[in-house]
Amino acid sequence: MKTDTIAAIATAMGNSSIGIIRISGEESIDIVDLIYRNKKNERVLKNFKTHTIHYGYIFDGNEIVDEVMVSIMKKPNSFTTEDVVEINCHGGIIVLNRILETVLKNGARLAYPGEFTKRAFLNGRIDLSRAEAVMDIISSKNETALKNSVKHLRGFVYKKIKSLRENIIFEIAFIESALDDPEHISLDGYTDKLYIKIKDLINEIEKLLLSAQNGKIIKEGIKTVIVGKPNAGKSSLLNLLVGEEKAIVTDIAGTTRDIIEENINIGGVNLRIIDTAGIHNTEDMIEKIGVDKAKKYIEEADLIVYVVDSSVQLDENDFEIMKMIENRKSVVLFNKSDLNANISFEDFIDKAGDDSIMIKTSTKENTGIDEFEEAVKKLFFKGEISSDDEVMITNLRQKEALEDTLFSLQQVKKSIEGEMPEDFFSIDLMSAYASLGKIIGEEVEEDLVNEIFSKFCMGK
Amino acid sequence: MEMRENVDVCVVGAGHAGCEAALACARLGLETVIFTVSVDSIALMPCNPNVGGSSKGHLVRELDALGGEMGKNIDKTFIQSKMLNISKGPAVHSLRAQADKAEYSRAMRKVLENQDHLTIKQVEVCELLWENIKSLNEKATKRIIGLKTFTGTIFECKAIILCTGTYLKARCLCGEAIDYTGPNGLKAANYLTDSLLDMGIELRRFKTGTPARMDKRSIDFSKMEEQFGDERVIPFSFSTDPEDVQINQVSCYLTYTNERTHEIIRNNLDRSPIYAGIIEGTGPRYCPSIEDKVVKFSNKERHQVFIEPEGLHTNEMYIGGMSSSLPEDVQLAMYRTVPGLENCKIVRNAYAIEYDCINPKQLYPTLRFKDVKGLYSGGQLNGSSGYEEAAAQGLIAGINAAQFILGKEELEIDRSEAYIGVLIDDLVTKDNFEPYRMLTSRAEYRLLLRQDNADLRLRKKGFQVGLVTEEEYNFVVNKKKLIDKEITRLKNVKIGASSSNQKFLEKYGSSSLKTGVNLAELLCRPELNYDILKQIDPEREELPKDVIEQVEIEIKYEGYIERQLRQVEQFKKMEKKKIPVDLNYDDVPSLRLEARQKLKDFHPVSVGQASRISGVSPADISVLLVYLEQYKRLAEK
Repeated sequence: MKTDTIAAIATAMGNSSIGIIRISGEESIDIVDLIYRNKKNERVLKNFKTHTIHYGYIFDGNEIVDEVMVSIMKKPNSFTTEDVVEINCHGGIIVLNRILETVLKNGARLAYPGEFTKRAFLNGRIDLSRAEAVMDIISSKNETALKNSVKHLRGFVYKKIKSLRENIIFEIAFIESALDDPEHISLDGYTDKLYIKIKDLINEIEKLLLSAQNGKIIKEGIKTVIVGKPNAGKSSLLNLLVGEEKAIVTDIAGTTRDIIEENINIGGVNLRIIDTAGIHNTEDMIEKIGVDKAKKYIEEADLIVYVVDSSVQLDENDFEIMKMIENRKSVVLFNKSDLNANISFEDFIDKAGDDSIMIKTSTKENTGIDEFEEAVKKLFFKGEISSDDEVMITNLRQKEALEDTLFSLQQVKKSIEGEMPEDFFSIDLMSAYASLGKIIGEEVEEDLVNEIFSKFCMGK
Repeated sequence: MEMRENVDVCVVGAGHAGCEAALACARLGLETVIFTVSVDSIALMPCNPNVGGSSKGHLVRELDALGGEMGKNIDKTFIQSKMLNISKGPAVHSLRAQADKAEYSRAMRKVLENQDHLTIKQVEVCELLWENIKSLNEKATKRIIGLKTFTGTIFECKAIILCTGTYLKARCLCGEAIDYTGPNGLKAANYLTDSLLDMGIELRRFKTGTPARMDKRSIDFSKMEEQFGDERVIPFSFSTDPEDVQINQVSCYLTYTNERTHEIIRNNLDRSPIYAGIIEGTGPRYCPSIEDKVVKFSNKERHQVFIEPEGLHTNEMYIGGMSSSLPEDVQLAMYRTVPGLENCKIVRNAYAIEYDCINPKQLYPTLRFKDVKGLYSGGQLNGSSGYEEAAAQGLIAGINAAQFILGKEELEIDRSEAYIGVLIDDLVTKDNFEPYRMLTSRAEYRLLLRQDNADLRLRKKGFQVGLVTEEEYNFVVNKKKLIDKEITRLKNVKIGASSSNQKFLEKYGSSSLKTGVNLAELLCRPELNYDILKQIDPEREELPKDVIEQVEIEIKYEGYIERQLRQVEQFKKMEKKKIPVDLNYDDVPSLRLEARQKLKDFHPVSVGQASRISGVSPADISVLLVYLEQYKRLAEK
């Protein structure tokens, strides 16, 4: 069960070299103590005095997530007047994301927008004169968060969650109507049926969770554009990247036939990859439109992946592309490295800009792809590519809600296995229903009673 | 000449709510008058002949633990009793008893007649008397000073409890035959509505219905399934000796409607006042008429029909499941398609009844009108349905009217303490558009709110109020001690992996032990129970049955119970944050428009209550919390 200790990223997730995760509440020190080790790999957090800062590592299980400085501020002399721990880590979103998730996994819950400020005020830490500002922050931030949570959600995920919720409320209504009107509705043999349904539901939620881990339940991601000439291997690259994903994969056709959009996840960062049509023969009218479009995508992109066929000589199309990606954050892939090379890194160094990372790949033999992923991770790790933190938090919040749902459903499964009576099932099913509702911004209200009366004929 | 009398409390209506309210006030020493349009209709059961049932049984036990009368009265007058949901977990076990209606009514009347400080008065109450007040710490703008009867007598009093049931401007409909009466042909109360409107009280119109009663001699029971009561009857009241309720019980019978029944109904829908649009009131979805069932669940081939006796000294049988407002000829034709009812003779026709009731959001959780000091309200007038719901509210309204006059703190029972708390909170906090019926699914902490522990939950409150004797209270205190002691003992008695113990487990299909465990851990196994464990627990002391029951439940479901207890802790935090009565929501910045309107409309007493109002989001609650903190700090300055 989650505690009332809250956690959030306290710094902006832009191009910053350091970031801070803040944790506040009664269990904050206990929670961080579970994941922090000093240089000698010792669990020492609880021994630290208040208002001190310490070097060490954050662990997720046995794996080091990051090298950090952890500061402790014991109550009442902290921002919220509760026990507060702040983890100072590297600034990239991969790190911040991983650390926050690790903290959540160990018992904290994701703070609501403005919740630290709210606590600070309620605990007397913020001056009375700022009360109105505090209320304004809470109200506006929540409004945005609520809008975003649904807005960012992919259509099919929204539909999926809707239908899962419908299934769940139906089961609860059935149990409840049988409990409320045992003479009209019988539960004989029901448990076995429910057990199968619960296993299915768990399965579905697990799939969604995997999708959430891969950033696939939300639309937004780091805008990534793949450019290159036809036959350079762009689509093969995309297929390789996507093909490894085990969760739900969707193709969303772009605004035109020749633009393919895919979501993939690298190191916890959601990339929205746009595969542009090959750029060549700029005299052709239609192709010219294609080039213009590619140009536009490149302009808007956060990250550019330039796929070059290294077995053929560079031509004017390549030079055109190089011009487009000049001074932009890009990764150049020398594809078809299984064939004889006709170009080398040197051909690019002057032209594609200093920031480019160059990697040899063969999409045919699946080589160099890992290096490519590593390179992307590093870019984010160092905070060299910024991300929309709203989106990331939305994703985290939804993931948290899915995890809560999963927990509740597993609880139902356990109750069935433990031969508990039926009324114990509906309590956890209701929690699952409520948690799923959070994802699509729906509350529970009178849903159950309405479902009971609309689906089941009961009463004297 | 105008007659004037002076009393403490006036209770308007002597149904299930009125009886509890009047008894509570009189028992607390206040001079009380209970008004009824007919003394013969005291504690009348104009619909189903039973008390209790799923979640309603909980209400009766809670009411009993608080010092109410319903439980004792049904124990004296029941003719069949059953514990429902026995195989489905302790939280949903629920008692239901068939009542001898006439006896129930008579027994309750006897209690009222013999209660000190209580006077019964047969006259219609026409007008409430009040005056305007100005008070700083009070939202109310009015105060009750008395009431006026149809005969012109004025009763001066300090508090009035309205328990008018379904009588206000009532009309009964049986097809085209419409009569302006209350239930059972009793006189409707036609004057009070205007007085309430004059006071600025918002009213609405609800409807409900009842099935036909038939002559037992015209029914062929051989075509029906006989249904018996429990072998061992458990009483409703904690004060009833279980030996006193082991009586000879009568049977009920089950039969079914069929396609022919449904066809007759479908063909005559245009003659149903509801489907013809003559009825304006909103009916309960819980007790749909047979017309509703056939229309809404058209894929159901048959509906159950329960034939229940109305009493021992009458031939009338209640036709449960087939309430209707269809015309008499259609009713007879439809009933006669049901196996066993082919030759039935109807004594009383089924009918629908429409009546005025209040919008309960005008009430505090104490059941006092927010705007009128001294005015309380309970029962169907508050928009509920059911005898038990009515009685529970009547008791709370009665207790609080008394506490008010005695200058004591009024009693609020919250959602984590009792079904009564859930019932009242739902009524005063949510938008209810139909007669409200208690359901187990409405109680989010129901694992804690069991019918078996109502005494442990509520005896103390009843004692503090003064309706429970010291002896009764001490009994519960002692019971609690025994329970705690036994639980501690079971958690400390170690059971080793000896061969005799393994053999014992094997006998009951329970997996063998690898290491030692304690008795409590074994008790958690579904295949084992307290009784079985006696074989490996020789030091056990003999304990009363009700103590063992609690021990077993608390250990077997410990994990679930603890989770609910933690949720209750969170819940209580918000309930404790009270909202000042003079708070102006227009002064709270950043509230969303919808939330602001709803909060102004409901004026919740606590942040907890505010959070349950539909349209108020968690962010609005955060804003409200910050505002209240600001308000508090400014006040301290």
